[in-house]
Amino acid sequence: MGLLSLITFAPIIGALIIALIPAEHVKAIKGLAMVTAIATLGFSLFIFGQFKPGDFHFQLLESIPWIPSLGIRYQVGVDGISLWMVVMTAVLGVVATGVSLYESKRVKAFMILLLLLETTMLGTFVAVDMILFYTFFEAALLPIALLIWIWGDENRKKAAVRVFIYLFAGSILMLVGMIVLAQRTQLATGHLSFSLIDVQAAVANGKLWAGALSLEVWVFWAFALAFLIKSPAFPFHTWLVDSYTQAPTGAVLLGVLVKTGTYGLIRFCITLFPEALPRAAPAIMGLAVVGILYGGAVAAVQLDIKKLIAFSSLAHVGFIVLGAFSLSYNGLVGAVLGGVNHGFATGALFLLVGLLYLRRRSRGVNEFGGLKAQMPVFAALFLISTLAAVGLPGTNAFVGEFLSLLGTFESGIAHTVGLSVGYAVLAAAGVILAAVYMLILFQKLFYGEPKLPAIRRLRDLRGWEVALALVPTALILWGGIYPATFTGPMQASVNATRMMGMNSANQRPAWGNSAQSLDERLNLYQGAEQVAPAGVHAQGPIAAYNAARPEDGP
Amino acid sequence: MFQYAPPSIEWLTILPILTVVVTGVIALLIELLRPKGANGVAVAVSLIGLVVAAGFTVIGFARPEAETFAGMAIRDGFGSSIELIVIVVTALAVLFSDSYLREKGIAFGEFYPLALWSASGAMMMATTRNLLMVFIGLEVLSVSLYVLAGLSRSEEKSEEAAIKYFLLGAFASGFFLYGLAFFYGATGTTHLSGFADAIQADYSPTKGLLIAGLGLMLVGFSFKSGFVPFHQWTPDVYQGAPTNVTAFMAGIAKLGALAALWRVLEVYTGWQTTWMPAMIWVAILTMSVGNLAALVQKDVKRILGYSSISHAGYMLVAVLAHAKSPQTVSDFSLLYYLFGYSLMTIGAFAIVSLTARSGKEGTRLEDLRGLAYRSPFVATCLVIFMFSLIGLPPTVGFVGKLLIFNAAVQANLMPLAIVLAVNSAVSAFYYLGIVWAVMGKEQGEPKPWTIELGPRVACVLCAFGVLAAAIFVGPVQGWLSEQHRATQATPVLVSRG
Repeated sequence: MGLLSLITFAPIIGALIIALIPAEHVKAIKGLAMVTAIATLGFSLFIFGQFKPGDFHFQLLESIPWIPSLGIRYQVGVDGISLWMVVMTAVLGVVATGVSLYESKRVKAFMILLLLLETTMLGTFVAVDMILFYTFFEAALLPIALLIWIWGDENRKKAAVRVFIYLFAGSILMLVGMIVLAQRTQLATGHLSFSLIDVQAAVANGKLWAGALSLEVWVFWAFALAFLIKSPAFPFHTWLVDSYTQAPTGAVLLGVLVKTGTYGLIRFCITLFPEALPRAAPAIMGLAVVGILYGGAVAAVQLDIKKLIAFSSLAHVGFIVLGAFSLSYNGLVGAVLGGVNHGFATGALFLLVGLLYLRRRSRGVNEFGGLKAQMPVFAALFLISTLAAVGLPGTNAFVGEFLSLLGTFESGIAHTVGLSVGYAVLAAAGVILAAVYMLILFQKLFYGEPKLPAIRRLRDLRGWEVALALVPTALILWGGIYPATFTGPMQASVNATRMMGMNSANQRPAWGNSAQSLDERLNLYQGAEQVAPAGVHAQGPIAAYNAARPEDGP
Repeated sequence: MFQYAPPSIEWLTILPILTVVVTGVIALLIELLRPKGANGVAVAVSLIGLVVAAGFTVIGFARPEAETFAGMAIRDGFGSSIELIVIVVTALAVLFSDSYLREKGIAFGEFYPLALWSASGAMMMATTRNLLMVFIGLEVLSVSLYVLAGLSRSEEKSEEAAIKYFLLGAFASGFFLYGLAFFYGATGTTHLSGFADAIQADYSPTKGLLIAGLGLMLVGFSFKSGFVPFHQWTPDVYQGAPTNVTAFMAGIAKLGALAALWRVLEVYTGWQTTWMPAMIWVAILTMSVGNLAALVQKDVKRILGYSSISHAGYMLVAVLAHAKSPQTVSDFSLLYYLFGYSLMTIGAFAIVSLTARSGKEGTRLEDLRGLAYRSPFVATCLVIFMFSLIGLPPTVGFVGKLLIFNAAVQANLMPLAIVLAVNSAVSAFYYLGIVWAVMGKEQGEPKPWTIELGPRVACVLCAFGVLAAAIFVGPVQGWLSEQHRATQATPVLVSRG
C-alpha cells in the first residue's frame, strides 16, 4: 500500500476497528477515533518529504486495475493543487474529531460516520481516475446525510434530504459526462481509459474534442453544474445554508466537503475543455460575482451565527471561483490558496461557534453580548478567525482574495476570453460587505452588556480546547505572514493547469507526457525544446488567444 | 441406404435444470412426510440441490458452447451466467423464507418445490433458442409464481394478488403464444435460427408476419418483466404476495423474461429500425413511470414494486444497447445489473419480511420506524441496500449503472443515458424515505428483535455481495470473459434435429 492509499484509508481502518468495539465503551471509541485522525494527519505530512515542488505531474502515483474492460483503475496521486487539499482535510479531520469528543448521542455510529466522511474527502482529492473520483465524491453523501439526519438540530430532516438530493442530482449527469470523455479518449487514442492522465493527454493534443464543439460544451456544463452545486455557487446554495445550520458541531468537515466542488472546477473544468472554457468563463464569473455580493448582503442580516457563516461561505467560494475562471496565473493561485485558506478559516469559525453552542445551546447573534469579559481567550481566537473572514492583511484570506482579485483585474484589463474589469470592481466591493457582517457579529457577541444573566456563568475555553482551536488559527496566521509555504509547491501545477485550458492544441502541457517540464520561470519545455513562453504574467497564450479573436482584443 | 444418426445428447447442458427440478420433487416428497410446520429438512435439501446445480453450471461454463436435444437446449456463457444468478436468487430466497413463513403462520412446505420449479422455468428460458421451449419455461415459471403469490390463503390481499397475476399473466402468455404462432407461420420452425433462413429467401410476404410476431412476443416479455404499459399488475402483486415470494418473484421473473428477450432481439438486430424506436420509448416510460409512481407510496413493498419497474427499465437500456451494436456492447452490463439488482432487492425484502411477527405483518413505512434502534445490524444492511438501489458508490448498484451508462453511450443511445441519470436522481427521494423511516424513533421503548439464523445469513450475504461485487468487478468479469474465450476457441458443436 502506497503512502496516499495509507492516508486515504487510515480513517476507514480506524472506523472498522471502532465497529468492533461494543457501543458501551464510549471512552475507548472516542480515544481510538482521535488517534486515527491524528495518525492520518501524521501520514499526510509525509507527503512533503516525497513531493517534488517544481514538477507539475501527478506524483506518488499508485495504479491498480479496477474494472479492466472499461479502463477504470484505482489510481491515486497528488500534484501541487491537491497536495494542500489533502493536508487541509487531515488537519480539519483532527479538529472535527476533537470537537466531537463532546458528542454524547450514539457515539459509536457518529465516529464511524465521521471517519468514513474523512476517507471519502481524502479520496476525492487524491483520485486520478475519474470514476474513482466520482466514487469518493458521491460516497461522501452517505455519511454527511446521516450525520445531519441523526445528530443535527431542529430542522435536520429537511436539511439531510436536501443535501442528499441536491448533491446526488447535481452530479449524476457528470457521470455520463465522464463516460463520454472516456469514449472520446478511445476514439482519439484507441484505448478506453477513465484516467485523468490519459484523457487530458488526448485533450492536450487536440484530438479528443476535434470536431465536437457542441458536445464539448454540453459535457463541460455537466461537470460545471455538479461542481457549482457542490461549491456551492449562487443560485445552488440553499442546501449549504440548511446543512451548515443544522449540522452537528462535529461536522466541521462540511467546510471541506464544499472544497471538493471548487477543487473539481479547477481539476476538471479548466483542464479538459479548452474550447468550451472561454465561452463559459464569463457566465461562471458572473455567478461568482453575484454569489459574492448576494452572500455578503444576506449574511449581514442573519440572526443565526451558523447561517451567517453559511452565507459568508457563499461569498468566499465566490472569490475562489472568480479567481479560477479569471484564467490568469495569479487568479488561479488565489483560487487554490483560497480553498485551503477558507478551509482553515471556516474550520476555526465552526469549531469556535460549536464550542460556544455547547456552552449556551444557542446560535442567535443577539443572544450573547459581553463575552469578551467572560471568555477572553475565546474572544482572542474568535477575533483572529473573524479577521481572516474579513480578509485583513496578515491573515491567509487576504493573500487568497487579493490574488483572486488581482487575477481578475489582469484578465479584465487584458480582455482575456472577453472578461471585463467590471467583474473585479464588483467583487472587490464584496470585501467591504465581509467587513460589515463579520465585525458586526464580533461586536454583538463580545462587546456590550450580556443579554442574558446566564452568560455571566460561561466558562472560558479549557486547555485542550485552546490547543484544538490553535491548530487552524496558527495556520491562518502562517498563511498570512509567509504564504510562500503554501504557494511554493502549487506554482508548477497551477501554471500547467492554466496552460492546459488556455494554450492551443499541442502547446498544452500534458500530465501524461513526462518529458515535459516547467523551468523556474514556469515556462513549458517539451523535452529540450521550449514551446510556449508563459511567465507569471503570461502574455503568450492569452495574447495568442486574443489574436485569434480580434473583436475581443484590447 | 437408411441411415439414422441418433442426435448426440449433451446431458451436462440440462443437468443444472434437471437437478433443480428433481430437488423440487424431493422437497415435495419431504413435504408429505414431514411433521407439521417443520420445514428444516426441505430447506436443507433445497439448498443442497441448488449448490449441486450451481456446481454443474460452473462445470458447464468451461465446456464449449453447444446446442443439443434437437435444438431445444443451448449452453453458452450468457445462459450459464443467468442460470447461476437464478440459483443464487433462489438460494437467498429459500434462506430467509422458513422463519418468515412460520412467523406469518403459513408454513406450507409447498413453497420450496414451487420455488425450485419456478427457478427451473427461468433457467429453461435462458438456455434455449427455441421459442417453444421459451414458452414452456415461461409457463413453468409463471404457474408456480401464481400459486406462490396466493400462498397466504387467509389474506384477501394475497388471494387478490394471485388472481390478478394469474389472469393478466395468462393473457400475456396468450400474446406470446400468438406471436410464436406468427413466427412459426413465417419460418416453418419455432427455432430462432429460422429467422435467418426466412429472410434469406424471398421474405416480402413473411415480413409482416415476422414483425407482428415480434410485436406480440414483446408484449408477453414486457408483461413478465414489468415494462410500461404492461406494468399495472406489479405493485398490487408485489404488495399482496407474501414478502418472501415477492423477493423471489422480483428477481426470477425478470431473469427469465429478459434473458429470452435478449435472445429474441439478438435475432431481430437487422430489423431494428422497425422496433428500436418503440422500445426506446418503452424504456423511457418504464424508467420514468416506475420512479414517479413510487414517489407517493407509503407501503414499502409497493415502493419496491414500483422501483422494480424502473429497474426493469434500466435493464432494458442494457438490452437495447446490445441489440443496437452487438459488436461493441457485451452482455456483461445486463448480467451484472441483474445480479446486483437481485442481491439488493432480495436483501431489502428479507429485511421487510422481518416485520412479520406471529401472524401479523406491517409493511408500511412507519412499521419500519425504529429499526436502527431495534437492530443496528439489520438497519445497516438495509441502508446499504437502499444506497445501492439509488446507485451510490461503492455499491453494486453504482457499478451496474455505470456499466449501463457506458453501454448506452457506446451504442449511441445518449437520450436513454440521460433519462436514466435523471431517474436515478428522482429515485433517491423514495429510497431515502425508507432510510429515514429506519433511522426514525419509534414510539415508546425500543423492542429488540431476535433475528433467526436464516434471514441473518441472507442479509449478510446480500450486503457483502453488494459491496464485494462492486469492488471486485474486475476479477469477476475477467473470469467470465476467460470462460467465454475458452468456449469460443474450441469448435462449436451444433447438432440440431
